[in-house]
Parts: sequence; structure tokens; C-alpha cells
Amino acid sequence: MKLLENILILDFSQFLSGPSASLRLSDMGAQVIKIEKPGTGDICRELYVSDVMIEGESTIFHAINRNKQSYAADLKDPDDLFKVKQLIKQADVVMHNFRPGVMERIGLDYEAVKQLKPDIIYAEISGYGTEGPWKDLPGQDLLLQSVSGLTWLSNNNNENPTPMGVAVVDILAGTHIAQGILAALYGKTVSGEGSLVQVSMFESILDFQFEVLTCYYNDGRQLPVRGAVNSAHAYIAAPYGLYKTNDNYIALAMTNIPTLAELLGCEPLKQFSDSNDWFARRDEIKKVLADHLQQQPAAYWLGILEAADIWCAPVLDYDDLVKEEGYRLLDMEVTVKTSKGISVTTTRCPVKVDGQILFSATGAPLLGEHNEAIEKQFGISNQLQGLSE
Amino acid sequence: MNGLPLQGITVLEFSQYLSGPSAGLRLADLGARVIKIERPVVGEAGRKLAIKDLWVDESSLLFHTINRNKESFTANLKDPGDLILVKKLIAKADVLIHNFRPEVMGKNGLDYAAVKAINPRMIYAEISGYGKTGPWKNKPGQDLLLQSMTGLTYTTGNGNNGPVPFGISIADIMAGSQLVQGILGGLIRRQKTGTGAWIEVSLMESLLDFQFELLTTYYTTRQQPKRSHVANGQPLLSAPYGIYDTADGHIAIAMMDIHVLADTIGCSALRDFEKSEAFSKRDEIKTVLAAHLVNQHTDYWLDLLHDAGLWAMHVQNWEEMTNEEAYQALGMEQEIDVASGKKIITTRCPIRLDGKRLLSKRPAPGVGADTERIKENI
Repeated sequence: MKLLENILILDFSQFLSGPSASLRLSDMGAQVIKIEKPGTGDICRELYVSDVMIEGESTIFHAINRNKQSYAADLKDPDDLFKVKQLIKQADVVMHNFRPGVMERIGLDYEAVKQLKPDIIYAEISGYGTEGPWKDLPGQDLLLQSVSGLTWLSNNNNENPTPMGVAVVDILAGTHIAQGILAALYGKTVSGEGSLVQVSMFESILDFQFEVLTCYYNDGRQLPVRGAVNSAHAYIAAPYGLYKTNDNYIALAMTNIPTLAELLGCEPLKQFSDSNDWFARRDEIKKVLADHLQQQPAAYWLGILEAADIWCAPVLDYDDLVKEEGYRLLDMEVTVKTSKGISVTTTRCPVKVDGQILFSATGAPLLGEHNEAIEKQFGISNQLQGLSE
Repeated sequence: MNGLPLQGITVLEFSQYLSGPSAGLRLADLGARVIKIERPVVGEAGRKLAIKDLWVDESSLLFHTINRNKESFTANLKDPGDLILVKKLIAKADVLIHNFRPEVMGKNGLDYAAVKAINPRMIYAEISGYGKTGPWKNKPGQDLLLQSMTGLTYTTGNGNNGPVPFGISIADIMAGSQLVQGILGGLIRRQKTGTGAWIEVSLMESLLDFQFELLTTYYTTRQQPKRSHVANGQPLLSAPYGIYDTADGHIAIAMMDIHVLADTIGCSALRDFEKSEAFSKRDEIKTVLAAHLVNQHTDYWLDLLHDAGLWAMHVQNWEEMTNEEAYQALGMEQEIDVASGKKIITTRCPIRLDGKRLLSKRPAPGVGADTERIKENI
């Protein structure tokens, strides 16, 4: 039996944060129905990214929405809203990522939905929470990275504040809402009661920084200073960082400096024998090391370091990565098919259950593709039709 | 719902450093009783890992951050007597988490098959570095190394920079998050079937999943996504997405129509580009924009952009952030009472249930602080 078999999730959310959560829930076996606006649907369908499209829709939409169904409904149309409410009466989870007030205006806020389905799990992601002066601002990934201090943690200190190049806020908020939904679903099996689960992107990106923020709260509120040389973490001592060799880059994690000096035959590094200096003088140490590592290719250094169990690795881009046996053996690439027969290669769920990878070959839905099937499955009727007959 | 959803669930955490313990922390905040199983005397290795040389007691502030709201039981797994006690705990527990290298739990007779034989209802959850087969299975599962091997370091920084890592342990945190999801799914199924589950996550797979948008795009074109050379925000995105200098600091500008932007900030040179060139000519567009934005203060630009409904924000450090009313309204900081009457401040769980924040004053345990009490109850 799948982990979430017979769990029905109505997902009103768009873009990435909410949909990435419902993707994981669908991987675990839930039935996920995207409730989308007729005509346009999830705005992510048209998010024009990198000029790469599949079936006129972005590759990103296909990655985020595989293995889901689509039900098109105009929530401002009383007839469509009536049908959606019938679906809600049979659902376990309702989730959305609209700005505060939107679901209230439609009449699908938590209190209203609870009237329809008293044990509903109602989950919402906001940008900045439901109170405070920023509550109506758009919850956008780069902007959340920028206001939360995160951009002062990556890259060298002569560089501008540097955002992380993946939508880390959306994805973390998605994992947090998924965790809250799952905990609430478990709680319901014990108590019989539903709950309201709320996550904001702001809280999620603060939680992500919990180790270093706690340091800041307790060290007299000293701001982090990124290293000047090969900076990889503002709070970690030399040699932690990426180094250019005479061909490719290599990564060095936490390591004893004199040991490293000995192994690499780096005489000038030997003077840094006091471990207290490894943080305080990290830029000097890393400069010495960086100069030394330029002399030989990556494979030469890695050969020496790996043999001595030093924490090191090659730095790969996607072209390098996909050629590696270690990558191919993971079977991380899967191919799903849309109803139009288009194949899309994407990544699978990273969680294995009972020794099996979780995989479904179903691609992302067309807008409104499943209206009929869903109405049939759940016995949804048209109120106005019913009255006129 | 009254009380926390995981009330009554017991988690045994055989884990060290961040990935496994961050999962244990989330489960604890959601109401589970989390017992760290640690080596006698020294405890888990993370106790001695400090940043900025900050210590609370014999354990670092970092350890206290990750392990608050847990108990500690010490056992030498190579001692038959201790192992019997641990197996008795296993018989009564609901969840077991470990993040040791693949063969370590097996050597102690605590691999999934052995644990399942003791307790068929157990949710057995493990994190490895690179999976359990293949040429990388014995490589150290360390965050920076995983970032380096998964292509992640070519997403951040400008195209003329070398590879730039994320300055936070993203692989550990993502793997911990995925593990929590698997564990909770296992607990939900167990309520219906009465059987446990075996949940496996690796740092590698978690970090590939994290890049799923970029990788799916890569699989479609088989072309390495390129970082822009100017103000790179995300390799797949068009101009103006990125962070720019202003006269007094920086400004973050997200996705928007470049012609609307041109009119809003009075930058006619941006009009020389077609909207359809926002990706293909993003470096030229961003260069023009950067030269314009540096002439005025951040607040000047933000007023114009926000009035037009465009997506832009300040770029703040933590001092600026914590002074914001919007930050204070979150109530994200909580005080923890640690030993000897001291207090530390840390962040709380980011999830709210039924409108309430999940707070806990319980500090991280001393090594074996709960061993005697737990033994009495076995």
C-alpha cells in the first residue's frame, strides 16, 4: 500500500511553493487535483523560462506538476464554486498559496471550508505571514532571499550580496507545508480532528538559517563576514572552499591544516599549526593553498587526498555529473508521458519506501483535462442543471 | 486539534551533525518525544563542533541549536548489555532515524531487517551520503562535497565567477526535510495497516531533487544552464532578475516586463531591447539597468516600483532585517533555558498549527541526561 493511498488533496496553489509540496504528496500516493482558472490555469504553465518549452508550456511546469490531475473551475462563477465545494466535502486536504484575503473573498477560507468539511486539513503558504506591514507584498523567492539576510552568506566578500541560484525559499516553504500537512493527517487519525497549517516563505527562510541566526542572536549580534578567498561558508575555518587547480576545481571540507600541508607538499602552509588561526587567518591560509593547488591538475590532488581519507571532491557541472557511474546508478532520471503522448525526462522523488523508488509515469495534466473524470469519480452534479430539470 | 499532532510518538535518533538531527528537531517540535542515542561520555560528534567558538556548556551553541527539545540516552552499542537495553527501547519506539555510513548499523545488528524483527511497526528512516551502492557509497557525506558533485555550485554567482557554493548546509537540510516527509507518510500508513516502513534518503538524491527545475530543463536540452554575467539571480531566468547596486546599497528586482520597468524608472535605454530579448540579451539589458540604478537611493527606486505593483525589495543584512516590524511581527525568536540559569535565543519551528506558533523551552540534553530515568521505565 502506498503511504498516502486514498488521501485526496485539492491544490489551489500556483508557481512553485505549494505545487512542489503537492508533488511530493502525490509521489507518496495521494490523489492531487490542481484547481485551476479556466483559460490560463496555474500561471507557471506560461512562465517563460530559458526559452525552453514543452508543448508550449515551460519545462518547469512539467517538472513541478507531473502525476497530478487538473480540474478547471472559475471560482467567481457560482456554478463552478458549487462543484468545487462538493469536492471539498470529500477532500482530506485543501491547500493554497494566495495572498491573505483572496480565499476569504471567494468564500473558501478556513472557517468556511471547515463548515463544509469539519475535519479538513487546510494548508496555506503566504509570503510574509498574515499580519505585519509586509503581509500584502508578493511572496517571491529572490525578494525573500534579499530581505532575510541570506544573500550575505554566499560568495566572496568583494562580491555583491549573492542570491542562491535555485528557488530555495519556495522549495523550503513547500517542504515545511508538506511536513505540517502530513503531521496534521497523522494527528487526524488519532484525534479525528482537522487543522489549519500555515507556513510563510519568510519563516521558512529564517528556519533555513537557524544555525547561523542562532549564532547571531547569541554572539552580541555580530554580522557575518564572508571570506575574501574561495569563500564557501561565512562561519567555517580554512580550508573550507572550492579551489582552482591547473585544470578543474576541487572542493575541500573541514581538514587539519598541517596534515593537509604535509600531504600536498605545501611548505608555506606548515606555519599555520595553531588551530585557532584557521578561522582568524583563513584568508591568508586559503591564499597560500590556492596558489599551491594551481600547480597540478584536479585528479592529481584528489588522488592524494582521497587516499588519505581527507574530505574532498571534484566540482562537477551537469555535463560532468551525468557521465558519472555514481549518478547513473541512482536512476534519478525518469521519463513521464503527458496525455498527448509527449515524453518529459525529469527527476524522481528522492525518498525510497520499503526499498523501492517511488515512480509514476504520468506527466503533467492539460488544463482542465480531468474535469469529467473527477466529476464522475466524486459524483459532482451541476446545481443549476439540477434545478432546471 | 488539542495538543500537538505527534504526541505519543517516540523517536530514537542514532544520528550526528545536521541531517538526521534536523529531522529529529522537526519531529520534536511537532510533538514527538525524541531520544538521542549517544556514545557514553563524549556523546554525538556534533557536540564538539562549534562555529565562532561559541559554547553553552561542554557542548557547542551549534549543537544546542540543532538538538533542543530532545532527550539523551547513552549506550555503547558494542556492549551486549547496553545493546539489550537499546533493543528494548526499539521494541517500544515508533521511529528510528540514523545517518551513519551504510554498513555501520548492520555491524551493530541494528539494520532494517533486524529492527523490523524486533518491532514490525517501526518506521526505520536512514540518510546516506550517496545511496548504498555504486562507486561513491563510501565517500564522506559532507555538505560542501555534495554541493560540488551535484552541479549546484554552477547555479550561483555570476558567469565569470568560478563555482560558488551556497553558504548554508543545503544538502543536510534538504535530506532532513525529505526524511521527515517519508517518516510522517509511514506513520499515516501504519494507522491503516499496522505495519512499519523503511524510508531511505541520500544527500545526493535530495540535492538533485532540490535542482529539479534546472535538471528537467537540462534533460530537455542537454545544455548546461548558464549563469548570467551580470547580477545573476537564477540561471534560467531572464532580465531583470537579480541584485543591483544603488547609490546607497542594493536592490533586488524579480521578474517583470522590461518595457514596464523602463517606463517606471525612467530608463529609456531599456526600451532599445525587445521584450522577446529578455533572456537572449539579458547581460546587455542588465548592464544598462545596472548603470541606471546606481544613480539613486534604494528607497527612491522602491517607491517607484512598488507604486507600479512591480516586484522588488531591499537587500538587507540581519541587523536591518531584525529592525523591521515585519520581522518582529513573526515572533520567530524563542528563548531556551539552558543549564545554570542561562538563556539562549534561537529560531522556532516555521510551521504554525491552528494559528499557534510551536514553541518549546526545553534545551538540548547533556550527554546521557535521561539515561537513568529511561532505564527505570524499560
